[in-house]
Amino acid sequence: MYPSKFDYVRAQSVEEAVERTSSHSNAKILAGGHSLIPALKLRLAQPDLLVDLGRIAALKGISRHNGTVSVGALTTHAACAASDDLPKVWSEAAGLIGDPQVRNRGTVGGNIAHADPASDLPTVLIALGAQIHVQGTAGPRAIPADEFFVDLFTTSLEEGEIITRVEVPVESNQGSAYTKVFNPASRYAILGVAAQVAIAGGVCRQLRVAAGGSTPKAIRAHHVEAALQGQPINDTTIQHAAAAIADDLGEEVIGDMYASAAYRRSIAAQIAARALSAAAARAR
Amino acid sequence: MTAINVVVNGKSYTREVEPRLLLVDFIRDTLSLTGTNIACDTSQCGACTIHLDGQAVKSCTVLAVQADGSTITTIEGLANGKLHPMQQAFWDQHGLQCGYCTPGMIMAAAKLVEDNPEITEAEIRHGLEGNLCRCTGYQNIIAAVAQAAKA
Repeated sequence: MYPSKFDYVRAQSVEEAVERTSSHSNAKILAGGHSLIPALKLRLAQPDLLVDLGRIAALKGISRHNGTVSVGALTTHAACAASDDLPKVWSEAAGLIGDPQVRNRGTVGGNIAHADPASDLPTVLIALGAQIHVQGTAGPRAIPADEFFVDLFTTSLEEGEIITRVEVPVESNQGSAYTKVFNPASRYAILGVAAQVAIAGGVCRQLRVAAGGSTPKAIRAHHVEAALQGQPINDTTIQHAAAAIADDLGEEVIGDMYASAAYRRSIAAQIAARALSAAAARAR
Repeated sequence: MTAINVVVNGKSYTREVEPRLLLVDFIRDTLSLTGTNIACDTSQCGACTIHLDGQAVKSCTVLAVQADGSTITTIEGLANGKLHPMQQAFWDQHGLQCGYCTPGMIMAAAKLVEDNPEITEAEIRHGLEGNLCRCTGYQNIIAAVAQAAKA
């Protein structure tokens, strides 16, 4: 399969990439290429210009600051999977993306810019309350993950804006986990649930839960959170809270050739319960 | 056209390429190194796996221009006077049936064992998730990788 013809430029800096992209009417940003190149080959994307970020060293790497960890947009999933600095839910999910070869090339920024509903990272970033840092012609800004993902393959990135890094808060008393049911060939999520929980005295003090893969965009599981917040953590309360995910998934559950909407609904509570149990076990 | 320079199997090549040329097509058609296979062409099967700057990657999902300045090893460059231990192990354990997935399997497996010499059977199975064998010859492939890890 051949992509349609395009021009190619390798940006030396984020500023140059913003300039090149915003001054062109049909440009696309290339990071690891593991979402974009398949789309180019299928001619789902036909840009006239590719602006390659691949050599901008400043966009790579994971660093810890006071209470937060910052992940450069060009950091690969392999690097995230191997990181001890990231919350467990992120490194765990990163290790379940695609396969080793895909994780060696696929990047954090490319993944979330693509906003594939079957992707794992949007779910994780919503559960972690991540801030997506971007840069455009109007300067830098930070977008909360809750607001970044707008719809199927749609983000709140403005024309010419480039993701530079993702920042997540890290609190040592939190336990987190990611559980997914996936397509066995592509490893894309049929349903993935990410949970982060803080427990004190056996009671759930803080909780964020998100689900993806079964809805047009990853969603925050507010009903699950409300059902477990302030409750003692045990199998009964977890099962009860997990069942509330049906209300969070709502009416827009995806059915496709891999899994029907009914199947996804039927497994949702169980997958949510597993994610909650694993997160709770790590919080203790 | 864009000029790129790559070192493939120890030899330096400078070529003019179209930006849309895939790395796997560059390797096969431009450099005539046809050991690297194309099968699914959708980054799932792993038949096109090569080593790009020391990492196993699927060359059907990399543009040749992205590899400019890189060092590449293909299946042709793995043997060094005699078969690489992973090649020898695939031979000894009959880790193939039709052989189409084999170059990619060997390249992925060689990197797995290099990164994790004490690799377990479960880790081999997990580590080869990105390589599909349509003959379903997995059992002997796992045995071959386990043998190579001990070599």
